[in-house]
Amino acid sequence: MSPSPSASAVPGADQAVALGLTREEYALVCEELGGREPNEVELAMFSLLWSEHCAYKHSKKLLRTLPTEGAAVVLGPGENAGAVDVGDGWAVAFKVESHNHPSAVEPFQGAATGVGGILRDIFALGARPIAVLDSLRFGEPSSERSRYLLDRAVAGIGHYGNSIGVPTVGGEVVFEGPYETNCLVNAMAIGLARAEDMVRSAAAGIGNILVLFGASTGRDGIGGASVLASAELDAADDSKRPSVQVGDPFEESKLLECSLELLADELLVSLQDLGAAGLTSAASEMASKGGVGLDLDVAKVPLREADMEPFEIMVSESQERMLCVCTPAHVAAVLAVCEKWEVNGTAIGVVTDTGRFRVLRGDEVVGDMPVSGLVDDCPLYDLEPAKPAAGLYPAPAAVLGFEADVREVLVTLLASPNLASRRPLFEQYDCLVQSRTVRRPEQADAAVLWLHDMGRDAPAIATSIDGNGRRVAADPYWGTVGNALECAANLACVGAVPLGTTNNLNFGNPEKPHIAWQLTEAVRGLGDACRALEAPIVGGNVSLYNEGAAGPIYPTPVVGMVGLLPDPRRAGRLGFLREGDAIALAGWDGPPSLAASELAKLRGEPLPDGLPPVDLPRAIAVLDAIRSAVRAGALSSCHDIAEGGFLVAVAESCLAGDLGAALDLGDSDDVWTQLFGEHPGGFVVSGPREALDRLGQTIPVQVVGTVGGDTLEVAIASLRETWPLDELREAHASLAPLFP
Amino acid sequence: MKLGVVTFPGTCDDVDARLAAAKVADAVALWHRDPDLHGVDGVIVPGGFSYGDYLRAGAIARFSPVMASVVSFARAGGPVLGICNGFQILCEAGLLPGALLPNTGLRFVCRQVDLVVQTTDTPFTSTCTVGEILSIPAKHTTGRFFGDVAPEQVVLRYAPGHNFNGSQDDIAGIVNEQGNVMGLMPHPEHAVDRLVGGSADGLKLFEGMARVAVA
Repeated sequence: MSPSPSASAVPGADQAVALGLTREEYALVCEELGGREPNEVELAMFSLLWSEHCAYKHSKKLLRTLPTEGAAVVLGPGENAGAVDVGDGWAVAFKVESHNHPSAVEPFQGAATGVGGILRDIFALGARPIAVLDSLRFGEPSSERSRYLLDRAVAGIGHYGNSIGVPTVGGEVVFEGPYETNCLVNAMAIGLARAEDMVRSAAAGIGNILVLFGASTGRDGIGGASVLASAELDAADDSKRPSVQVGDPFEESKLLECSLELLADELLVSLQDLGAAGLTSAASEMASKGGVGLDLDVAKVPLREADMEPFEIMVSESQERMLCVCTPAHVAAVLAVCEKWEVNGTAIGVVTDTGRFRVLRGDEVVGDMPVSGLVDDCPLYDLEPAKPAAGLYPAPAAVLGFEADVREVLVTLLASPNLASRRPLFEQYDCLVQSRTVRRPEQADAAVLWLHDMGRDAPAIATSIDGNGRRVAADPYWGTVGNALECAANLACVGAVPLGTTNNLNFGNPEKPHIAWQLTEAVRGLGDACRALEAPIVGGNVSLYNEGAAGPIYPTPVVGMVGLLPDPRRAGRLGFLREGDAIALAGWDGPPSLAASELAKLRGEPLPDGLPPVDLPRAIAVLDAIRSAVRAGALSSCHDIAEGGFLVAVAESCLAGDLGAALDLGDSDDVWTQLFGEHPGGFVVSGPREALDRLGQTIPVQVVGTVGGDTLEVAIASLRETWPLDELREAHASLAPLFP
Repeated sequence: MKLGVVTFPGTCDDVDARLAAAKVADAVALWHRDPDLHGVDGVIVPGGFSYGDYLRAGAIARFSPVMASVVSFARAGGPVLGICNGFQILCEAGLLPGALLPNTGLRFVCRQVDLVVQTTDTPFTSTCTVGEILSIPAKHTTGRFFGDVAPEQVVLRYAPGHNFNGSQDDIAGIVNEQGNVMGLMPHPEHAVDRLVGGSADGLKLFEGMARVAVA
């Protein structure tokens, strides 16, 4: 047993409970400390590292069931981000993370620092960030609060990404009632590195030096991980505003260049960003991975406020900070690079062989804990899943009557918040910087980024992020399978094959059996889909306790995928390209379903109990055929049929290409299902008739019309409808008034 | 033939500008703390958020050691091109008239815009024709041009319907009285390769700059 630290006062078990630990966990903490109670510093550190956010104590067992290995995997879960091989010794690192609760409390800074945090995860690996995507959920825009959250979150994402010079190339936003009091802000970042240059985060080398560099440390974000991220939101949220961090993209831009230069100069042993739980988490994880101890002197940490207590310094979530380990011989060179980039650089600690994390203030020991206890010994809990006897979610408010005709339904769908053009949002993001963007938003189903660093014949990656929560609420297993397939379909539309997957599991309180059931089923679906797609999960994040006064959010497993396409010049596009091209419905061999569809939502229908299953091998065969056709340059356009169904997809291809279409769908038993039903695995493709016929030799292809003119015409059963494109375009622009 | 591209802390589009410059010349990186221009024949002050746009876009960068050299280079007749934040810096440095104000919508906007060439009597547009339309992306929050500028100094205007920032008289780009210093808000370096630019119209400005830099 180590000597008791000198900082005397013992906060006690009640304070531990206030910080989010259970009494049983507190007793375990005392055991870790050899039978004594933790002091203020130690309790602050244990309560954060044993929080749901840091310890994944309700999800870790489930996450272990996910597929994480594959031919392309360079780095799997456990590092700052995962990475996949893109050829010639290059690797692409990527990860999605949530910043839901901070964004619900202060949307601009919450979203901005969400982007800042995920970018640091990427360059902590030594990868240069090349893209950001975001996945957002709000209540219906008819709510003033939702409009405020949307406006400020979008502004925050743009503020950070634009200023730091990383393009925001894609994303999604969905509006549903269950997100009204608990919005979701998930950000995904992608980076590029030479595989051999990627750095790990394990501290190593007894006597090596810990250098903290970047911004100074203040009182912002204290307790963010435990106060905000690991408990349900309530009415007193405003009082939590001091727990939200404040971002400075200028500081991070210098930090990014400084970090990459330190790595390029081979000055570092390891590197880690400071995120949730600040120094506490960064330092103890580095020590744990290296199997070493640390002595860290808080008196050396540059502070914004001189009178900060040791525990505040250890748990501060001040942004734009990194922690590295270097040899004593390299300290001067490390500090010189910091000086070049005008960031603070300070040696604050040393690697020891004790296995203990000692927090010092000058000569005084103010905390002394076993590293393994902090990082590895948090108890993991088994979920107790139980399918709820009745639906959890109220039916949405009806905005369309069942009497509405096809003409009105298409216009209403295109104007509905979930399907309307995202132009007013994505125009607030720089999608071009770094000169990689082959396909911008609304040009294709996935963003396409040329990796020009790899030379003139360099390949491109494609990326997409998706997570339909309503379908997962209706059926956690098949809904989540659908989310993964949707990502893979978006990639196929541009000609890309998936290399790897990241995910952010946004769920309610896992201690409730019905939420545990949603989570368990969703993870099972994600694992099965990613195994079938050969798109292993290389990293991700879990955000639980997403509940407000009105109940839990829709279970929202957000799936992000990165794929490779060898020839960026052949990247597919979603808009119709040539008058006279044939249009086909490809992939489906049976009718889709209106269950949990956008049309069902607009009609105010309650969620169904279950979705039709998907034939995974068949769906994947369709993806393979679509991808091959796009890569061969055989198709003029390719668009996955997603929310809104077939006719919405055709209208989107019309609007993206500014070309009309004439469709004759023949007889139909069920016009509504055929036009607006949803199911994974369907595509709207256009091209020369022969090319579509060739595609039809491998997968179901039904040629249904011709590209041309400035109207969309549909003949189905006895129905004949015509929409001028201008009318559809006006409907599709319905979000513009939200951003005056 | 060497074109220098300045990097300040917070500059974002310097890599893009070097890629564009490399299509017409040797691209040389210039560092804000280093007053040595390394014998370049022309200087590009690229886009981004130098010094985080703190105080005012471009207000701090113009005091950098490298800018004193850029000002001398420009006064001696050397060609200087300021793009977006570079335009803001050149205005702050007094090399170009006027100022860039926040967009009327007060939002960052990233959009492909059409620009109409007003004059070919500048190095930069010497490869264009008057009235030619250039499709080039613009992306900024602070791009509304305001100031006293002679009509013959206006090089590029936004085509009808493309002036999203509210610039006076649709002005997108101007030159100084001598014609050797140009600033524009849209990003020609993001329109030099059809694969990633949507158009290659921006290349003409770099070609023009290189042509004069050689002469």
